[in-house]
Amino acid sequence: MSAETAFQRPSPLLQVRGLTHRYGPHIGCRDVAFDLYPGEVLGIVGESGSGKTTLLKCVSGQMEPSEGSVEYQTRDAGLIDLFRMSEARRRLLMRTDWGIVYQNPRDGLRMRVSAGANVGERLMAIGDRHYGHIRSEAVDWLERVEMDIGRIDDMPHTFSGGMQQRLQIARNLVTKPRLVFMDEPTSGLDVSVQARLLDLIRGLVRTLGIACVIVTHDLGVVRLLSHRLMVMKGGNVVESGLTDQVLDDPQHPYTQLLVSSILPV
Amino acid sequence: MTNLDDTVMLHAQGLAKHFILHNQGGVKIDVFEKVELSARQGECVILAGPSGAGKSTLLRSLYANYKPQSGSIFVRHGPAWIDLCSAQPYQILEIRRDTLGYVSQFLRVIPRVGTLDLVCEPLMGQGFTEDAARKRAQTILSRLRIPEALWSLPPATFSGGEQQRVNIAMTFVQDYPILLLDEPTASLDKENRQTVVDLINEAKARGAAIVGIFHDSEVRGAVGTRSYDVTEARQAA
Repeated sequence: MSAETAFQRPSPLLQVRGLTHRYGPHIGCRDVAFDLYPGEVLGIVGESGSGKTTLLKCVSGQMEPSEGSVEYQTRDAGLIDLFRMSEARRRLLMRTDWGIVYQNPRDGLRMRVSAGANVGERLMAIGDRHYGHIRSEAVDWLERVEMDIGRIDDMPHTFSGGMQQRLQIARNLVTKPRLVFMDEPTSGLDVSVQARLLDLIRGLVRTLGIACVIVTHDLGVVRLLSHRLMVMKGGNVVESGLTDQVLDDPQHPYTQLLVSSILPV
Repeated sequence: MTNLDDTVMLHAQGLAKHFILHNQGGVKIDVFEKVELSARQGECVILAGPSGAGKSTLLRSLYANYKPQSGSIFVRHGPAWIDLCSAQPYQILEIRRDTLGYVSQFLRVIPRVGTLDLVCEPLMGQGFTEDAARKRAQTILSRLRIPEALWSLPPATFSGGEQQRVNIAMTFVQDYPILLLDEPTASLDKENRQTVVDLINEAKARGAAIVGIFHDSEVRGAVGTRSYDVTEARQAA
């Protein structure tokens, strides 16, 4: 008997190998490798400038890395390198299979169209033309992210930060993506709003089985949401593993410093 | 692992653990070395030793919450033996979901999630229908005397004893083949302590293998099959 008989795992959704990105002579991130499986939540933590956002941009197809590969499990043709597929195909992927939740909602929302249209737009982008259907899907998703339906025709710039962030999540999830990237989804929100948003993300990820890569500097966020953790410093991954193991028994000096620097409440 | 008989559920061998505090001058703290420990179906092994001997560290290692420096922890997961020390994170999560239950000393509160939902949650991952999961959760919460009026509330505002009983309910709602218990009765009154003793003995009767830490000698006497002295593995260090 061996481990293989007990665990039947599907193929990875995302396979990253030897990923390095340089900004001129400066290293953004160096030689990063990981696999992400369906339904798995990977947290990436580290201080500002540690390379975590650079890594996220590379693996989510927003920026081409200097070296290495990012392969994605497509529905029809197996693993394909993001930067070897056509621009059209990559864009289609980003509109349908993927979601990206930005730290600043202004980067992820269209501020001059209504909340309902922000959600409906993603559906139209994949070919939905039936207004009634788009409207009802938008209502459904706004309810799932606990938005007041009475605000469906209001512009996002009239919303609070927490509402904008929830709208961004609804806009991303309406196309039922398999993979969502989140860059500091809760920073800049006050703690009670943060708790609500975290609870929402946690519930959605669990019930929909979405795979997720979350970049944050908040260890509480990854403790709550992520299965696995990667700790970055100076562009390198210095430690990785099961989230509670990395946080409760950190091995690397930097991780120990990070964990011991949390202020107790 | 074929040399272990069919009743063994968990087997640790050559397990060593130390901590190196890199930010405090690289101080090295040796906890244990060469732990050899098995837990069989239907028995409760009590970890013994004075405070600071490394009982909790060993228990957390057996849950893969701490990372031992060397050795193996074999766990019977379905038909297979898996070594927690070399398993992949997803394998450990699957083992924790189906096979290995753990009651920590303190409840880690999740903001905004109500008590009943919290206790149901592990069952939902097990393929229970929502109805069946809620019924089981209600039964265990009633047995542990959590008033029904509290079920919809998150346990953050509960008393220490209530939180600990929610913590116990979250694990005992499911029939884990292996249970790791870190002082589950520490902050409980006499009645509730007896309920937990009953739960442990029922788990033994259905064939669970249990490793636990109990400071209360009465509880030890009521649930323990044998003890394992952690200081032995320390002296070997």
